[in-house]
Amino acid sequence: MSDPVIEIEQHWDIHYRHAAGEMGSHFFRALREKRILGRRCPQCRRVLLPPRGFCDRCFVTTSEWVEVAPDGVLEAFTVVAQKFTGMPDPPYVVAYARLRNADTAMVNYLRGVDLSDVRAAAQRLAVGMPVRAVFTARPEGRMTDFWFEPAR
Amino acid sequence: MTAMSRVAIVGVGQTEHRFRRDDVTYPELAREAVARALAHAGLEVRDLEAAVLALAPDALMGVAHAERWVADALGVAGKPFMRVNTGGSTGITTVHAAYFHVASGLFDCVLAAGADRVGESGDAQLVLNTMWDVLYERPFPLNAINMLALQAVRYMAKYGTTEYHMALGAVKNRRHALRNPHAHLRKEVTVEEVLASRVICWPIKLFDACPQSTGGCALVLCSEEVARRLPGPKAWIDGVGNCVETYFMGDRMGPAAEHDHADADALAEAIARAYRQAGIRDPRREIDVAELYAPFSNIELHAIEAAGLCDKGQAGRLLEKGEFHLGSRQPVNPSGGVLCANPIAVTAMVRVAEAALQVMGHAGERQVEGARTALATGIGGDHQFYGAAVLRGER
Repeated sequence: MSDPVIEIEQHWDIHYRHAAGEMGSHFFRALREKRILGRRCPQCRRVLLPPRGFCDRCFVTTSEWVEVAPDGVLEAFTVVAQKFTGMPDPPYVVAYARLRNADTAMVNYLRGVDLSDVRAAAQRLAVGMPVRAVFTARPEGRMTDFWFEPAR
Repeated sequence: MTAMSRVAIVGVGQTEHRFRRDDVTYPELAREAVARALAHAGLEVRDLEAAVLALAPDALMGVAHAERWVADALGVAGKPFMRVNTGGSTGITTVHAAYFHVASGLFDCVLAAGADRVGESGDAQLVLNTMWDVLYERPFPLNAINMLALQAVRYMAKYGTTEYHMALGAVKNRRHALRNPHAHLRKEVTVEEVLASRVICWPIKLFDACPQSTGGCALVLCSEEVARRLPGPKAWIDGVGNCVETYFMGDRMGPAAEHDHADADALAEAIARAYRQAGIRDPRREIDVAELYAPFSNIELHAIEAAGLCDKGQAGRLLEKGEFHLGSRQPVNPSGGVLCANPIAVTAMVRVAEAALQVMGHAGERQVEGARTALATGIGGDHQFYGAAVLRGER
């Protein structure tokens, strides 16, 4: 047997400051007031959430803000049971929900579900079930100011 | 569009895919695949006129601009060189780029090659998390596994399939991989074992998931004029297709969506483009074997449907009847597929390599008897980038 191979250990820890742009900044400021704003495409009339400065389908600039309702439907979910580096301790639910007057779904945590048994929890969730966006008491203008919960 | 030169794959090389390859560095690993492809083609490195490198997101390997490190290993010092990256579909997009080099008539002999070392960092999912939208999605723990679990949930809700149907594909691919010495996972599993394996992101469980692999792959592409002078078998690239899906996954959900995240409609479009170019009208009769990119068992189901090998929502039920297994009429992933080896940068190139070996009659124990026409696909981003290629042999 030959000598063992030597390993060189390395690490990336890189800092960035991403600009949200004028439109994104408006969206995040509205979150501080517990309001979720989508952006309407002037051509296909879809309300896009997350908001964006242009419609990818029509390739036109958007400018109209539309406040969406806090209630909606669960469009997709997964119950995460494995620990991934740099991510929260499981279990947790990652979900996409479509709020009532938005035409697209948006990601967030789904809370308010008993996750003590992951497989059983998954059986209690379903695509199409009603959910609502719930805000923290003191929003700071971040995506994590709110989350989804089953609407019961 | 003017008539293009016909293009053949004349050499296929891949390394054995394993968790780690500590005996070699990244360029040494890539060179291993390149040397094998040249030997398979009966060509020398000086015959190569240009090279296209398959290199996925830099942080997977931990080297920015790693094309610097590996260019020499592709044997094209002093010659044209470029890098391609479309995430998981990088490997097939690289083949497309090499194809365009030759089909344009500008080059006669071009290399498509690369390697990946996913096993050198256990944090692939943390790297992949950084592909999501900086403002609106990055604050959440999205990764390649849970985003495809989201697909599985929508697919099950839409078509009434279950975890059992996913497990059938995992069992099939693991069985196929026993015949493939290059495969990373070569241990059979049963449906019961798949269903009982630990949950990663429900409904994806450990045995529904691909491994993190280290491996290399290389293909030599030649113009018809040069290919005809070579004695070995050829895999003619008769059709290529590519298609880009929406940036936001959430745009593929709800009544206003053009495509549903449950399905792979943009993959279907990429494949349809390749079929049109190749003159394929009825894939259920004309495709002999398919190597479909599917890193999780649920993804193979909608990829089979996108390839037109069965109707939407039916792939699981047909798997249960023995369809798509080696020995059936249209085997899917006789290599064991991505479920049994996923060296990310070249995974989709391995699909093309395996399809080429099939139509060349060089697929060893995993050979589909009499295979003349094969389909290969790739998927990258959060199901955003899709590629396809139709290969034909001469037998």
